[in-house]
Amino acid sequence: MVAEPVQIAVLTPDDLETPPISLGQLTWRRFRRHKLALYGAVALILLFFYSFGGALFVSENYANLNDTNISLHPPGTQHPFGTDAIGRDILARTIYGGQISLLIGLTAVIVETVLGILVGALAGYYGGVVDNILMRITEAMLNIPEIFLLIVMAKFFGGKIPDISFFGRTLSGSVVLIVIIIGGTAWMYLARIVRAEFLSLKERDFVLAARATGTPSIEIIFMHILPNCIAPVIVTATLGVANAILSEAYISFLGLGVQPPTATWGNMLDSANNYIESAPWLWFFPGLLILLTVLSINFLGDGLRDALDPHSRAA
Amino acid sequence: MTRYILRRFLQGIPLLFIISIVLFVLMMNMGDPIATMGGRTLLRPEDRLRLTRQLGLDKPIYIQYIYWLVGNDWTKVDMDGDGIAESAGTRHGILRGDFGTSLVKRGVPVLQVIGERLPNTLLLMIASEIVVVVGALLVGIYSALRQYSTFDHFITAILFIGYSMPIFFVGLLSMYIFSVLFKRWGLPYLPTVGMFDPTVGETFGQVAMHMILPVLTMSFVSFASYSRYIRSTMLEVMSQDYIRTAKSKGLPRLTVLLIHALKNASLPIVTIVGLDLPFLLGGAVVTERIFAWPGTGRLFLDHVARSDLPVVMGILMLIALAVVIFQIITDIVYAWLDPRIRFEA
Repeated sequence: MVAEPVQIAVLTPDDLETPPISLGQLTWRRFRRHKLALYGAVALILLFFYSFGGALFVSENYANLNDTNISLHPPGTQHPFGTDAIGRDILARTIYGGQISLLIGLTAVIVETVLGILVGALAGYYGGVVDNILMRITEAMLNIPEIFLLIVMAKFFGGKIPDISFFGRTLSGSVVLIVIIIGGTAWMYLARIVRAEFLSLKERDFVLAARATGTPSIEIIFMHILPNCIAPVIVTATLGVANAILSEAYISFLGLGVQPPTATWGNMLDSANNYIESAPWLWFFPGLLILLTVLSINFLGDGLRDALDPHSRAA
Repeated sequence: MTRYILRRFLQGIPLLFIISIVLFVLMMNMGDPIATMGGRTLLRPEDRLRLTRQLGLDKPIYIQYIYWLVGNDWTKVDMDGDGIAESAGTRHGILRGDFGTSLVKRGVPVLQVIGERLPNTLLLMIASEIVVVVGALLVGIYSALRQYSTFDHFITAILFIGYSMPIFFVGLLSMYIFSVLFKRWGLPYLPTVGMFDPTVGETFGQVAMHMILPVLTMSFVSFASYSRYIRSTMLEVMSQDYIRTAKSKGLPRLTVLLIHALKNASLPIVTIVGLDLPFLLGGAVVTERIFAWPGTGRLFLDHVARSDLPVVMGILMLIALAVVIFQIITDIVYAWLDPRIRFEA
């Protein structure tokens, strides 16, 4: 028998090469090498499990139940993390507070990302007057330290907001407010990054081709250019979650954040300085949880940066 | 160079202008400053109306902004609060250096209110900046020289934790360890709150003792990012050809390190110090609150709570001004340090 020539033709050098790996696979390969980032991811999953899984064992009513007979009990068998000034169980409150803190972190970043992309994309794509106005506002916002902006914004949006129901739970309306405030004070860096990416990408041939075929600007911005600068956006957004959780903690610590009875890790620390000596467990556990979360997200973000966007690493 | 500096200053003016507009719009909802004015007694409606008119709070926001910006001595204002503008205004506006008067402390000029607190905050800020820069230089350089050593790994881990630490947690923890636990263990302990012990008075020793913990707290977070930055800058510089040349010439290690490497690595360091310095004020807000330090951060919080718009705007504008000026100074110092940079106007 003679081998058919067709079979030989099938085995071209191209076919012998390994199939090209996708961006996702490439990212995962690089990410895997970053040990600390992996630990960070695992720790984050555990923290999510702690706050959302923990809710299966304790009810929210128990977390908000106050009993002044047992106020300021130190950690013990009955209350592993102790109780606060009006006798609420700290362990239960860190579980429910964690849900809110993590949710605020994630949703505030969504607000931040949407705002940042919009401002950055419009400024970068249209240039000229639009760019000038948007970038001056961005610069103006960057010139005020974040904490001052947060406080002023908290005052601006403050006032009575009706409580809202969310998955059968009643949340203080201030949660939504905090999300908007944090998102509204954090978008500037992202806007600058997106703008820089747009400035260089809009000169590329594929944009010219899209324009030549009569693609509308909106489509060019969001369907053609934006997907190409997704890597720095993902990295910035990831690190932004850590920043948002910190911001929530700062303004809740100053008493301007989420209002009780809804617990967050931040507002559990409110008035903690009155109990530094008498009840350290009051501020230690929420503080430690914030630290762990922020640390894990920073590790994760660092790994993601190396994996997704190796060029952007600052000197 | 002069032209460049001049141009930078001119660019700063519209920026400050935009900042003032953004902030003033955000002030619109600051709340009712009159609500707390009567003390414990509730204000009668007619008094409330009179006060509102006297303070000019009945005017639309853009008129309030114009009065704040350029003053109101060119127009008639309603001084006795009867609804008819009869007497000439007395405010000169911020453009002529008049920041207005505090609403909470009636009649006291804003600059005086801020001026009383500013030295206390500057004391904290400058002390922390010195601690941060000196500490970060030592740690950063040392871990860059011993890259991938146990010390380097250990420091990197610690710095990462420090970088993720909320300032209040550092503050509360340091207070607990150095005051509460040290006291309990019978060790010499540090005071926690205030600037000095009222029974002793405001002596140098007292203020220095009370400063330790707030300065430590404020430095902690910046220290982490500075050290990381200095480490990577030093690593980059140490791999340059001129360092290899200097080493192979047989120059002493310390000379290479301090003269050849550090001088070049100091450029980026100058940048972060210059740009970061005014932002330390942000950390001061939380730190001053925890340690009951009578500075501008606490002043800001107190007056925000009582809707004292002139003082709040005054503090924010002074910070914005400081940020803009420090940016310009940083650029100039950078150009002066690095002969490769020449500004063509």
